[in-house]
Amino acid sequence: MPRKPARSAGIRREGSPFTGLGPVFMKEFADHLSSARMMVLMLFVIVFGAFPVASSLQQLRTVTEQDSYLFLRIFTSAPESLPISFVFALNFIIPVMAIGLGFDAVNSEFNRRTLSRVLSQPIYRDALLLGKFLGGLATLAVVMTALWLIVFGAGLLLLGLPPRGVEVARGACFLLAAIAYGGVWLAASLLFSVIFRSTATSALCALGLWLFFFLLWPMIASAITLGFAPSQIRSAEEYLAVEQLGLVLSRFSPGTLFSEAVVGLLNPETRTFGSMLPAQMRGVIPGAPLPLDQSLLLIWPQMTGLIAGMIVVFAAAYVIFQREEVRA
Amino acid sequence: MTDNVIEVRGLLKLYGANRAVDAIDLDIRRGEIFGLLGPNGAGKTTTILMLLGLTETSGGTVDVLGFDPVRQPLEVKRRVGYLPDAVGFYDHLTARENLRYTARLLATPRRDAEKRISDAMESVQLADVLDKRVSTFSRGMRQRLGIAEIVMKKAEIAILDEPTSGLDPHATFELLEMIRGLKKAGVAVLISSHLLDRVQSVCDRVALFNHGKIALMGSVVELANQVLGAGHPILVEASGIDIAAALRGIEGVQTVVPEGEGAWRVVADRDVRASVAQRIVSSGGSLTRLADLQPSLEEVYTRYFQEQRDAA
Repeated sequence: MPRKPARSAGIRREGSPFTGLGPVFMKEFADHLSSARMMVLMLFVIVFGAFPVASSLQQLRTVTEQDSYLFLRIFTSAPESLPISFVFALNFIIPVMAIGLGFDAVNSEFNRRTLSRVLSQPIYRDALLLGKFLGGLATLAVVMTALWLIVFGAGLLLLGLPPRGVEVARGACFLLAAIAYGGVWLAASLLFSVIFRSTATSALCALGLWLFFFLLWPMIASAITLGFAPSQIRSAEEYLAVEQLGLVLSRFSPGTLFSEAVVGLLNPETRTFGSMLPAQMRGVIPGAPLPLDQSLLLIWPQMTGLIAGMIVVFAAAYVIFQREEVRA
Repeated sequence: MTDNVIEVRGLLKLYGANRAVDAIDLDIRRGEIFGLLGPNGAGKTTTILMLLGLTETSGGTVDVLGFDPVRQPLEVKRRVGYLPDAVGFYDHLTARENLRYTARLLATPRRDAEKRISDAMESVQLADVLDKRVSTFSRGMRQRLGIAEIVMKKAEIAILDEPTSGLDPHATFELLEMIRGLKKAGVAVLISSHLLDRVQSVCDRVALFNHGKIALMGSVVELANQVLGAGHPILVEASGIDIAAALRGIEGVQTVVPEGEGAWRVVADRDVRASVAQRIVSSGGSLTRLADLQPSLEEVYTRYFQEQRDAA
């Protein structure tokens, strides 16, 4: 076997890896915003998002009791007729949108034979991949922000009362969490678009992965937890250990991380995602909201988890793309 | 400073145990049209990608305009225009938008870019479709748009991979004219192709690739002398007398080979057309055709690979 060329030592490429990042980003962003696919995705978002929002607004208008976080309930309350809250709807709208934006990012360039021409311009592959990712993420951010503003606007009109500052702040944090969640799925679909030359295969794999985490993983996680659990739980410690295992496993799914982050942000009463020991309950006023900084502290691991996941998956796509041959 | 724009020494590319490019040496001079010829899979495209720094080398050195494509790919790609095999453009954008994107990647100032784009499109006769979507373009127009990109880039070297494949004769002719235009503008042009007669008409020098090695290199005439033997071939069509005997009697004639009914292929050490005509006419024969046979690259190519096969 011929040895692999030793090029680690001494050989360093010159010039910034971000040369040309701006133009790539601008082109991707413009392409996304003007594409027909974007129209379809927007329609999808409106259809799936409008219903929960409309019905929760309907319900909230009849609420008479004092609720200092009424505005945030628009996002989280699920109407009795159909138990789907806006946040729950987002939990599957966002992945589908992100996958729709990213599944053909690289392989379509390859299939249209534009890849080698673009890479023969003075840019590194780094800039191309990062530009595509950021272009998709910016598109996602624009859509999410628009949606967020629409929901707030509808709330203003139909509830007839302005949101308090802290509600807006919590809502903004929720928006960031939603964008980070979208980033994970965008990075995943980008990864598949680098691995597979066929756009259909790449879309199928990305959607398959999403379905796996959305439908199967909760069941698998609980099955594993049951398998590890002792046949008879004798103490609170044992119970906690089993519950902990279940939580850890389910948190491998980005959807779980997102849901927990959202619950922590939009339900200020949330103090923990697992059980609370009596010792932790000491001095707690049941149902009393946490201040924003405490809620942020609570969901910090979830947020960093989402962002780390996004970076890890993007890095994998990056490594594979660097090694890929550009020739047809 | 030598006048070479590209200098390749011992360039190597391994795919596993397979030597796709096997220690080749290559010099491209300023302002010449150089042809990389050879069958598919001989290593032409791999060589080109290594010149551009788009594929890692496994050994050897490459110098493009004083830059190393491995360490300084951006500098190389800023100065070298590349037209890939079956080039693609973004179909949903117009020709102008496609070139504008390239101009942005090249960091050309905006006002400058618009002028360069329209000039480049003018030079490839596509000015009238500047604002048409590329999805409406024919194959030939896409290739010309690719040339326009190189013109707009003001590249010092143009590398064209199979530029004429899949084009009709008229489009091929136009494209070759544009390639000559690049040369006139002082651009060194590197063409890879397996369409020999097309390439022959524009190339100053060629290199013949075979299994990752350069089998032959030089001008077409040099290659012909090397492979087909030195000599000046002509084609004679005549009747009425024993032409073969008459031809053999002419001073300088080396071989006379019948080429079908009433036609002979004559190889001499000089241009013997005048004496052939005189001899046939004066001995009462009727001369119907007398043609100078340019050594054809196709012939060189066929003969060379035939010899390789026979030797194997």
